[in-house]
Amino acid sequence: MTDAREQFRPADHPNEHFLLTTAVGSYPKPAWLTRARELHADDDADFDDADLAEATEDACRLVTREHERAGLDVVVDGEMRRQEMVAFFAERIPGYEFAGPVKVWGRNYVDKPSVVDPVSYDEPWLREEYAFAASVATRPVKVAITGPYTLASWSFNEAYDTEADLAYALADVLREEVETLVEAGARYVQIDEPALAATPADHAVVGECLERAVGDVPADVRVALHVCYGDYAQLYPEINDYPIDEFDVELASDEGGQIDVFADPDFAHDLALGVVDAHSPRVESVAEIKSDVLEGLSAVPPDRLTLGPDCGLKLLPRDVAYAKLENVVTAAREVEAELDRGEIDATALREDAARTLDD
Amino acid sequence: MDLRATTVGLFPLPDEQRARLVGMDRRGGESENGAGESGDETAVFDAARKGVIAVQEDAGLDLVVEGQTRWEDVLAHPLSVHENVSPGGVVRYYDNNNFYREPVVVGELGPSGDLAADLGAAGELTDRLQAVVPGPYSLADLARNEYYVDDVAFLDAVAEFLAGELASVSASVECVFLLDPSLVTNPPDDDAHERVSEAVDAVARAVDAPAVVHTCWGAPGEKLHAHLLDADVSALGYDLVSAHEEATYLVQEYGTAESVSLGLVDGQNTLVEDAETIRERLRWFRESVPVSEFETVYVTPNTGLFYLPVSRFEAKLRSLGDATERPIEATR
Repeated sequence: MTDAREQFRPADHPNEHFLLTTAVGSYPKPAWLTRARELHADDDADFDDADLAEATEDACRLVTREHERAGLDVVVDGEMRRQEMVAFFAERIPGYEFAGPVKVWGRNYVDKPSVVDPVSYDEPWLREEYAFAASVATRPVKVAITGPYTLASWSFNEAYDTEADLAYALADVLREEVETLVEAGARYVQIDEPALAATPADHAVVGECLERAVGDVPADVRVALHVCYGDYAQLYPEINDYPIDEFDVELASDEGGQIDVFADPDFAHDLALGVVDAHSPRVESVAEIKSDVLEGLSAVPPDRLTLGPDCGLKLLPRDVAYAKLENVVTAAREVEAELDRGEIDATALREDAARTLDD
Repeated sequence: MDLRATTVGLFPLPDEQRARLVGMDRRGGESENGAGESGDETAVFDAARKGVIAVQEDAGLDLVVEGQTRWEDVLAHPLSVHENVSPGGVVRYYDNNNFYREPVVVGELGPSGDLAADLGAAGELTDRLQAVVPGPYSLADLARNEYYVDDVAFLDAVAEFLAGELASVSASVECVFLLDPSLVTNPPDDDAHERVSEAVDAVARAVDAPAVVHTCWGAPGEKLHAHLLDADVSALGYDLVSAHEEATYLVQEYGTAESVSLGLVDGQNTLVEDAETIRERLRWFRESVPVSEFETVYVTPNTGLFYLPVSRFEAKLRSLGDATERPIEATR
């Protein structure tokens, strides 16, 4: 399913082949934004809501343009408005309540929210975020949204009989948000479902959620599903039935050869491949990344391969995050040129991989 | 039937101490107590212990636990702070969205005194102390063994280690809970059941007080359950929140120990059960099993309560305390 893809090829794209490059979502926040948040929280400081809003927009503009400068074909705003991937949405969904922080591990706590009443849709969650990023970007903007299955799994459920029932209700609410975003102009929506990695047996619940949330988006809207750290073999082939265009995986730090899962000729989606490690401060060289790109090309043809980091980059130093993105783009453009010149034979790569798998 | 409201420990850190601790690097300072804690950290955990014991007393619990707010690696803690254990990677804590540092055992598991020190300090704050320790099988399951020759030797060593930790506080505890979730989530092979039961025995016998083996997230398999009944424990614990039917089936088919521990309150959901709900669940269990009388019924949450925000943790303790204020009347 690649119909929704060609619209993201930049007008000045230098090569015939096009390996779509993008980021997953989060990006390190500038130190001054963190300082601005502290000032806003401090009653004694003269720093009101409008001041914080201005600082946040400055950060969104900065990061969106930083992504463009790195050369990405589709950019994100680095989620400068968000502190946490569940709490951010829970604050915007009626039915949710916060009872206080809970331990994740060691001394790390998270505001895990409780669903205390049936969930519903009220104000848009991300329309403002999308509209602002789109207004400052010259490249298309992708919107990442925490998926209903993860929102359900990572919340306390006081209101629904089962976690799946809660996930379906959240999926119905998400559908309204996706409609809002599409109306606002969004053409690339990424659903993040990290919770699925830990519980792959629930793939059918996620499938039903996706049917409800994005099952009938317009054909020109590209839908990606991001699942980090998974044992993807346990999700395959069921993911083929998901109503998505692209399956986005974390394989840069993978030594296990999971790429083979997607080499199945029946794999139905585009493959978004993480080719730089979001958890390591080491900047991968262009040569290393290119070798991962070739791995990707051994699974899917060039017009079904998307490249980026393997997860959100927010935990890295900002200069490291930038250098990684820049190298992803350089590697992509070099491989495209080599494909154009016939120095890389993508068909042969896939045939070789298929032969190895058969053996 | 003696109803005793209690918990299975593993409490959340009270808000005040959490706020103080979050700013400190984990075990980054000068160690003053052998567990790698700084003096400031120890002061935080001492205050937390005092706080959670007062909360339990106020809630009217019949048995009071130390709270284990120091156990940052959850049930793996007794090994994590051992001198012959090195910290491994951060790994998932059971099927939860929680994590701990996997302890890697690289030398002999001699006595460390860590558990005894905490229980000793708690014993000065309450006169109805219940010890909570990991069951030997679960503690071995949560760790990586790079020293003992095989799984058999490792389980024995872990059991002996736990027994040694408990021996010195034997006189000051009213009972001891062995938390053994791995018995359900990653059960031992059939041919290891007897060894697992003997390992439980070794720990239980170290304390001159009733011992309870508590499981959660399902119910143990039938054969393993039968072997646990052979152990020298006064009660088995059942998770009636996640597996009420499986648990009652086991008791119907195989009986249970002279006493029973019932996980009647959901340790992982903020929805607070009121006292009457707890009593109804208890009544349902009694009417579902043929056992006419238990010596003691420990009324507990199914899991540790650190999964919850502090306000809900405290509310659940109050419900437990209220639920056992009067006897449960028979309805038939």
